Amino acid sequence: MSNLPTDLRFAKSHEWVRDEGDGTATIGISDHAQELLGDLVFVDPPGVGDTVEPGGDCAVVESVKAASDVYSPVSGEVLAVNEALTDAPETINEDAFGEGWIFKVKMSDSAELDALLDAAGYAAMLAEED
Amino acid sequence: MLIYEQSHTGRRAAAQAPQEKAELSSIPESLRRLRPAELPEVSEMQAVRHYTRLSQKNFSIDTHFYPLGSCTMKYNPRAGNSLASLPGVLARHPHAPETHSQGFLACLFDLQEILKEVTGMHAVSLTPAAGAQGEFAGVAMIRAYHDARGDEQRTEILVPDAAHGTNPASAVMCGYSVREIPTGSDGDIDVEALKKVLGPQTAGIMLTNPSTVGVFERRIKEIARLVHEAGGLLYYDGANLNAILGKVRPGDMGFDVIHMNLHKTFSTPHGGGGPGAGPVGVSQRLEPYLPIPMVDFDGHDYRWLTEADRPHSIGRLSAFAGNAGVLLRAYVYARMLGRDGMHRVSEFSTLNANYLLKRLMEAGFDAAYPERRASHEFILTLKRQAKELGVNTMDFAKRLLDFGVHAPTTYFPLLVPECLLIEPTETEAKEELDGFIEIMQTIQKEAESEPEQVKQAPHSLPVKRLDDVRAARELDLTCVK
Amino acid sequence: MPFIPHTEDDIREMLAVIGVDSIEDLFDEIPAELRCGELQGIPEGLSEIEINRLMQTRAKEDGQPLCFIGAGAYDHHIPAAVWQLASRGEFYTAYTPYQAEASQGTLQLLYEFQSMMTALTGMDVSNTSLYDGASALAEAILMAARANRKSKSKRILVPRSLHPTYRKVVDAIVRNQKIELVEVPFDAVSGQTDLSALEGHAGEDFAALVIPQPNFFGVLEPVDEMTDWAHANGMLAIAVVNPVALAVLKPPGEWGGKGVVAPDALSPATPPHPCGADICCGEGQPLGAPLASGGPYFGFLCSTQKLVRQMPGRIIGRTLDLDGKTGYTLTLQAREQHIRRSKATSNICTNQGLVVTAATIHMALLGAEGLERIAAACHANTQKLSQALTGLHGVEAVFTGAVFHEKVLRLPIDAKDALKLLAAHNVLGGYDLSQDYPELGNAVLVCATELRNEDDIESYRSKLERVIQAQVQTPCQLKPDW
Repeated sequence: MSNLPTDLRFAKSHEWVRDEGDGTATIGISDHAQELLGDLVFVDPPGVGDTVEPGGDCAVVESVKAASDVYSPVSGEVLAVNEALTDAPETINEDAFGEGWIFKVKMSDSAELDALLDAAGYAAMLAEED
Repeated sequence: MLIYEQSHTGRRAAAQAPQEKAELSSIPESLRRLRPAELPEVSEMQAVRHYTRLSQKNFSIDTHFYPLGSCTMKYNPRAGNSLASLPGVLARHPHAPETHSQGFLACLFDLQEILKEVTGMHAVSLTPAAGAQGEFAGVAMIRAYHDARGDEQRTEILVPDAAHGTNPASAVMCGYSVREIPTGSDGDIDVEALKKVLGPQTAGIMLTNPSTVGVFERRIKEIARLVHEAGGLLYYDGANLNAILGKVRPGDMGFDVIHMNLHKTFSTPHGGGGPGAGPVGVSQRLEPYLPIPMVDFDGHDYRWLTEADRPHSIGRLSAFAGNAGVLLRAYVYARMLGRDGMHRVSEFSTLNANYLLKRLMEAGFDAAYPERRASHEFILTLKRQAKELGVNTMDFAKRLLDFGVHAPTTYFPLLVPECLLIEPTETEAKEELDGFIEIMQTIQKEAESEPEQVKQAPHSLPVKRLDDVRAARELDLTCVK
Repeated sequence: MPFIPHTEDDIREMLAVIGVDSIEDLFDEIPAELRCGELQGIPEGLSEIEINRLMQTRAKEDGQPLCFIGAGAYDHHIPAAVWQLASRGEFYTAYTPYQAEASQGTLQLLYEFQSMMTALTGMDVSNTSLYDGASALAEAILMAARANRKSKSKRILVPRSLHPTYRKVVDAIVRNQKIELVEVPFDAVSGQTDLSALEGHAGEDFAALVIPQPNFFGVLEPVDEMTDWAHANGMLAIAVVNPVALAVLKPPGEWGGKGVVAPDALSPATPPHPCGADICCGEGQPLGAPLASGGPYFGFLCSTQKLVRQMPGRIIGRTLDLDGKTGYTLTLQAREQHIRRSKATSNICTNQGLVVTAATIHMALLGAEGLERIAAACHANTQKLSQALTGLHGVEAVFTGAVFHEKVLRLPIDAKDALKLLAAHNVLGGYDLSQDYPELGNAVLVCATELRNEDDIESYRSKLERVIQAQVQTPCQLKPDW
């Protein structure tokens, strides 16, 4: 797990958040999460303009044998969703921390980020799960 | 080849339809179809040959050993089919008056009585069309009961983590939220965990007994007491009723409502996915809420019970009276078994399961609950094979197909890793079980010596492993565009 | 022992392997106080000879009256090959096709079924089946409530001209999910949905409008106007159709579309649907299922492509195997209860598969031309029946609207009594509407399928004539005097 990007924060439910520094954040699922799910076949993103809350389910990622809710790690309003995933959900399998982002929010309380794990903390959690 | 690919413009199975094409002039042009529907155009023989050949690509009880756990794939007696297909039976309109329905209603009434007796419930409604619809009806009755008492704080249904997926899905369809209860390492429900979550929000609990891990829930009386003390009701998922038929009754265990899968326990055919039938039985306090219609008998005449008789019913679940043809098949089966036949079902399905389990353990396979008695089914875990040989449960399952055995249920229940849920049923002879054990041993040897042979299986079926990811990403659901 | 193959030797050997003395020992984990004794209420077992006698006697008891009832179940010819094939053990005794490689027969057949249903309905996609037409409509309504994210209410407009039992079933199934059904009246003259009453709901928040074609009275609805109206008001259009009628009627996928587009229910990313119903469901019985006292039948459910992930039930996809060979498999399973559990689109599992097998073979044998001839024959026979009966003094058609193969007639005598007297003479004269539609008076709904010929119609006419005469002379007398 040495390759976890250090600029990300992580939720215990395997989502990542990148603080874009302008009050917005980008959210996706971790590489570990995509590995557990296997080949993704569908992503159901939140609606632009939706309000999301920490721990609230707002998107679904689906593989052949499982469907998993995506919980927003922070609260805010959805600014954009990754349209490219509609036709290419496998992007998450290929690049979970980059091109495979799922949605962007305008954060209502950036202090919520502090409650999340950093890369080292998330790596430790995964090591424990093993 | 699809039937569509055999189609030729202008070809017809001409004997099957009226010889003349009648006038449609009184139907306004604007409501009419402009182009004929794109259906196949084939001769009668082409259709017969095509579907006969398709049938030959299936595994079925009639052709293969089918030890599919939780599905009770026992022999489906032919008498049920022929007697439910008598000309008068097939021709009876669902709205035929009671004067022309006494024979039919008598069969349904008798079946209600038999099911009451064998489950120990107070009353039975036959109308749910399948197990899941029976579950819906059962939970809806639990809700109607609480609502009628003004007890509206009960918003939660409890299910074991090993429950069938239909349980939580049915609870949600009735407007409940779902909370899962963990299973202990011995296969029984974790009663301490249950105690912690019971409360004034508990509407009820849905249980299968024997449970989905193939063992009898030994503390059922205590569970029933705890749930009842909390004000909740107990729901019995009848998927595993075959294991206890004539031995112990859900009503005696303290259940308030149950559904039965007649296509499992009462041996009506599975038909490649139905039709089934999921009658529900209830304790006295839930009787007013049973779904309608039901059949009543006053000692002289049989009649339907409808809205007028049952004003508190949860209502109707289908346009008529459920899957009558399935009910008749189950009735024929129940009458042929009779009183003594009922307990023989559970005795010999349990004998077969325990024999198979013991021999497979002797052959080196790992049981998920080796200390427990098997019910009518049991779980093997292939965790060791997956780890040591790289051959997993799916590989074993697919390789079994090459040997002419339908795979047991795989990867259910989820809490046992790499599991095979095996249910031989009572209608299989010892030599069939012995053959299965030999095949399992052969596959084990292959997994050790030539694992690719197992991992690439099946080799001898109409297709090899299918690309499910492609199927879901590039949806191709119709050949008519 | 019926259906149990074990010999005494088998039992002895098996018990020895297990290491117990008796079969009874295998139940030692069940607490003794729970064990039941002999089930006195269950009769002794019967041999096949005895059960044959019993069932044949009971079947004879019910007779085989001449049937002019429709009301959701129709007496059609079923080609002999249909059930001979569907009853083959390989179809009849297979399980749900979860092991795709061992179920290619069923899977390919179901893929053909989906193709035939999309052809018949003009919709993009079809599932492989629900329990029956009424529960299929309930699922369609749940699907619409999930899919129409623009609608904040969970209210659905349902015409009073929809099958009354369908309305009851829908209510029983969706009630607990806080979905509200709002009734739309019908026009007392035409029997069609009252468009001005519908217009009264313009601008209100509803998730969907249900559009039956034909409606319960057999009357054809103005489906283009209703579909466009639903779309213009942000609702999804749910078609409830008779599949045999679709051989001659405009398919729901082509309804409406006069410059109005469907609400963009799901996401701004998907282009709006140009026209047509959004969801189409109905009763599959007319496609090869015998009347059989009401079941097993099957429900079908089709939709536009963009709603496919909101569908309940099984869906079959065509794909390739490891060698690149075409094969068929269950797909989009993550919608279903065995994977998605409490968040599944429905709890449905068992799906009436065998009846769908029969329906597929039925459609393959008849083709579009055969189904069209059947539809036309039903239409013509019902016209003939209506003409014959309205020739009797006091019998009149209730509605002016064009019909498919059912017609509402008003009798000059109590409808219930008339039907009883007719039944006593082996004619099932129709469905009594007085209970569900008291406003229609002594009205009955009659149907003459392709199986009723001129002799049958004349038999009905002459018997009804005598019933009316007898009743007019001595009303309330229930015993016929001929």
